[in-house]
Amino acid sequence: MGIFSINKKKYATLKIEKKKKEKKVGTKKVEPNITGSGLWVKCPGCNEIIYKKDIRNNEMICPNCDNYFKMSGQQRIDLLIDKDTFEEFDADLSTKNPLKFPGYAEKIEEIKIKTNLNEGAISGVGKIYGMEVSITAMDFSFLAASMGTVVGEKLTRAIERGIERKIPVIIVATSGGARMHEGILSLMQMAKTSVALERLREKGIPFISIPVDPTFGGVTASFAMLGDVIISEPKAFIGFAGPRVIEQTIKQKLPEGFQLSEFVQECGMVDIIAKREDMKKTVHRVLDNLFGL
Amino acid sequence: MKFEKNLKDIEHKINELKEFSKEKEIDLSGEIEKLVIEKETILGETYKNLSPWDRVAVARNPKRPYTLDYIEHIVEDFEELHGDRLFKDDSAIVGGLGKIDGKRFVIIGHQKGRDMDSNIYRNFGMANPEGYRKALRLMKLAERFKLPILTLIDTAGAYPGIDAEKHGQGEAVARNLMEMAGLETQIIAVVIGEGGSGGALALGVADKVFMLENSIYSIISPEGCAAILYKDASRASEAANDLKISADQIKKLGVIDDVILEPLGGAHRDHKVMAENLKAKVMEAYEEIKTLPISELKDLRYEKFRKMGEVNQGV
Repeated sequence: MGIFSINKKKYATLKIEKKKKEKKVGTKKVEPNITGSGLWVKCPGCNEIIYKKDIRNNEMICPNCDNYFKMSGQQRIDLLIDKDTFEEFDADLSTKNPLKFPGYAEKIEEIKIKTNLNEGAISGVGKIYGMEVSITAMDFSFLAASMGTVVGEKLTRAIERGIERKIPVIIVATSGGARMHEGILSLMQMAKTSVALERLREKGIPFISIPVDPTFGGVTASFAMLGDVIISEPKAFIGFAGPRVIEQTIKQKLPEGFQLSEFVQECGMVDIIAKREDMKKTVHRVLDNLFGL
Repeated sequence: MKFEKNLKDIEHKINELKEFSKEKEIDLSGEIEKLVIEKETILGETYKNLSPWDRVAVARNPKRPYTLDYIEHIVEDFEELHGDRLFKDDSAIVGGLGKIDGKRFVIIGHQKGRDMDSNIYRNFGMANPEGYRKALRLMKLAERFKLPILTLIDTAGAYPGIDAEKHGQGEAVARNLMEMAGLETQIIAVVIGEGGSGGALALGVADKVFMLENSIYSIISPEGCAAILYKDASRASEAANDLKISADQIKKLGVIDDVILEPLGGAHRDHKVMAENLKAKVMEAYEEIKTLPISELKDLRYEKFRKMGEVNQGV
């Protein structure tokens, strides 16, 4: 052995490490389409192949691992509002495309057909265990439920309906933020909804904000954070700036769990984290205690 | 700035002639004056034809007057007040007490730095939640003592950082929007440079809102918009155009009350004249609203923002 080892030629060696795939902390995996074609879906929570119908029949929760999938605006209404009590308002509002932004009108038409929705929010009046409320639920599938003039107008009218009828206002928020295609007028929807909420507050009517996964940008920086009581869901992603923007700005990795609702609650920005199956009861309990007859 | 290239030569010539006449003690004032007039013509033409993207460069020019420059020029007896009484003092927003034309005001504005050190100190004019909460504290102070409020807006946006998120950046901006709607005193806001999204609006819910001629007001930076919508950050000039962010375009969209003219060739060429123009407009606006009963003032403020962003109804 000695002889061999003496004569052994020494080579320069390169340590080849497999480049680890950068794990994005704080960000979630892309969510598969539950409503689209195909019967089965791979759940990003447990990687199991799940029958889509089982998810849909289970309030959009994976029956295997309790992973939450996004709910549509209508599903949110169905989750919270007593059966057959919901009356929709303002379904016929559409944008004037105030900036004549290139490609925007076509994009809206395309998404309307694809989603079968008119805009990024559905609003109306309905009852929660018999208590009448003015409710708006945003729908992420419509241009990331970004807030432009129509979403802003629908929300503002819903708040005003609360003032007129002296009934509580509920907004289930989810959004990528303000809608770029409507420029400064999208920014002004933040002001519009906030000035309306100031009036609501003056009248002593409660506003329950329910930011769910994900809620960001101009929506977080306006009505979503102005609830008298703020209720979220487990592991909902809520913040002002998106994680990529923050990482690029500070040139650091974000801590584990950053901007998830549990973290946001720890920071003092959310009152309650309620499981989906408890959401209606929770909202009712809060309203009844605040505003009940 | 790129579009000012043709000015360089003529400015150079003027300086040469001045030096030469001084050195040789020859009177060249006639020739110099001609060149100065020519320069002003070029300057006027150049600034009249600025593209939206050129205006972004002017709005971000570090030689432009910032909040403290305006305070120096138009505010007497200024006393800066510090801190949000909760956590810290954010130097990206300054505020305090003072008098404009003998009238007491609370003045609040974003403050950028001009070099690396001052920019680090001022966090490039990007406020954290504590900055917005300081601003709100000072606005509440103004309300208590029935003082009108002047806000000067100049920020790329609210700061996107870990601590900012932890301390509720979204909540801080949102709170200001709502509280400003209900403030029982006059509020006048002027976008003096960059009106960057929610971080700008957090000082912008006012009875009268103005923009300087070369300032911008936008939901997102042109670079950000180009990166997200066009998937190409280098198409920022196109985005600046599409987003309609210049003062005249924003006025057409009904978002601001008026445009305040800048001195020939931009605010950065003459801070004093710029500050005087701003003061004249602010005092004119104040005279207009000071006698309104507070309830009417608040109703008008509500209506102002309520009607922004008309939509179509009916299919």
